[in-house]
Amino acid sequence: MAETMKLEIFRYRPEKEKEPSFQTYKVPFREDWVVLDAINHIKDEIDGTLSYRWSCQMGVCGSCGIMINNVPKLSCAAFLKDYYPDKIRIEPLTGFPVERDLIFEMDDFMTKLTEIQPYIIRKESEEKPLEEGEYLQSPAELAHYKQYSMCINCMLCYAACPVYALDSTFIGPAAIALGQRYNMDSRDQGRDARQEVIASHDGIWECTFVGECSVVCPKDVDPAAAIQRAKVSSTVDWFKDILIPWGKKK
Amino acid sequence: MAKSNEPIWWSLFSAGGMVAAMVLPVLIVITGILVPFGLAGEDPLNFERIHSAVSQKDSVKLVLFIVITLPFFHWAHRFRFTLVDVGLKSVSTLISVLCYGGAIAGTIILVVIFWNI
Amino acid sequence: MSVYHRPVSNIWWLKRKPYILFMIRELTSVFVAGYCIFLLVLVYKLTQGADAYGNFMVALKLPSSVALHLISLAFVLYHTITWFNLTPKILVLYRGEERIHQGLVAGTFYAVWAVISFMVVWLVLGV
Ligand code: SF4
Ligand code: FES
Repeated sequence: MAETMKLEIFRYRPEKEKEPSFQTYKVPFREDWVVLDAINHIKDEIDGTLSYRWSCQMGVCGSCGIMINNVPKLSCAAFLKDYYPDKIRIEPLTGFPVERDLIFEMDDFMTKLTEIQPYIIRKESEEKPLEEGEYLQSPAELAHYKQYSMCINCMLCYAACPVYALDSTFIGPAAIALGQRYNMDSRDQGRDARQEVIASHDGIWECTFVGECSVVCPKDVDPAAAIQRAKVSSTVDWFKDILIPWGKKK
Repeated sequence: MAKSNEPIWWSLFSAGGMVAAMVLPVLIVITGILVPFGLAGEDPLNFERIHSAVSQKDSVKLVLFIVITLPFFHWAHRFRFTLVDVGLKSVSTLISVLCYGGAIAGTIILVVIFWNI
Repeated sequence: MSVYHRPVSNIWWLKRKPYILFMIRELTSVFVAGYCIFLLVLVYKLTQGADAYGNFMVALKLPSSVALHLISLAFVLYHTITWFNLTPKILVLYRGEERIHQGLVAGTFYAVWAVISFMVVWLVLGV
């Protein structure tokens, strides 16, 4: 008889139940299957009502994040064999409101991403006309922010963050890391504008450096480090403002 | 945007954390192991020596001030957020007042002690 | 369509090992402050004269005092180690395109710690 494995999956169907519940499915165990394969098997062969998100199946689209045994993971990158033969418990990412089954609402995250203005901002007077060509950058300048630019917006870091789960006003790891990605880009001049959000109370100062965001990140973005570095530079700003108030706005 | 005052508390927290990390372990070894078990000779922290060092040298007072008070602020900041993290956010203002207030009180007490020595 | 908000328990930090370690790290601050209160009392005893100070020194030999010191030492060492290990996250240094190795950054702090510890023993105990 072929080996099987049990998946205990969070179900929430708002049209027929007020409270979520767990449903257990038995799936074939295969060495080369990831958890997403098993969920797809359930959808195709066992229960077509199960809802979840996925797309690329190769860890680049960032849409397949789920909690596996309480740890945020990309379901397309988590192998069944790492859990076999135990039962796997699957839930939607922690910290977000659930819409249906494994699908959670990401509006809050999207709003936060736009709030930090994740694009290159130039001072009006320093914007080059198109015919003068591009803004050049050396490999060393690229190295300073490259890590922070690898984010795939999978939101695993939010699901790992207890501060965000307790109070969703916190801007959160990926958005701050993305802010740092532009702040540290030699072509960008928008840091002052972003500081309005990043250095605010709900920005970096809510963070207690639990550090799990960086542990679960599938792309080694290290958002925890981005946040701590933003704390340092914002503190430097603060002391500059106090000590040299006249030098404030250039 | 209302200017956040967190940088002042965070810098005190960080400075205190660094001081605590660097000097508290060895001090605990001294007062908790070396001195009570007589591993550092007869009464190495005798009154005459320590008293004259603390009362006569301002440099000693300054170092003691840094070593004692900065970790208070380290505690205040960290403990404040620990309480918030275990779900006491609704009383966060009260928590801040008590934690930072405690650290400030400790600092004032030390200043008074130095004044009277 | 109504979304479901999952409640967050106040004991979320007991649910996974990294969160428990985080909580222990945060609670080291209690022992840090506790030991500094001890130092504060020690300095206070200096102002109370040789007898009061002498009794305080004798009390260090009590098993309860030694035990409290040892417990504090465990927590404060945990603070020191976690503190130094996180320094490379904050001090991100580059030499050209190369990031300076994280172990080197943390290692520097450990080295300074060793030097300071010896200096403190030398200055405080006069040996
Ligand atoms: S920082 Fe990492 S964990 Fe967070 S959204 Fe980006 S890729 Fe995902
Ligand atoms: S399906 Fe695209 S990251 Fe997993």
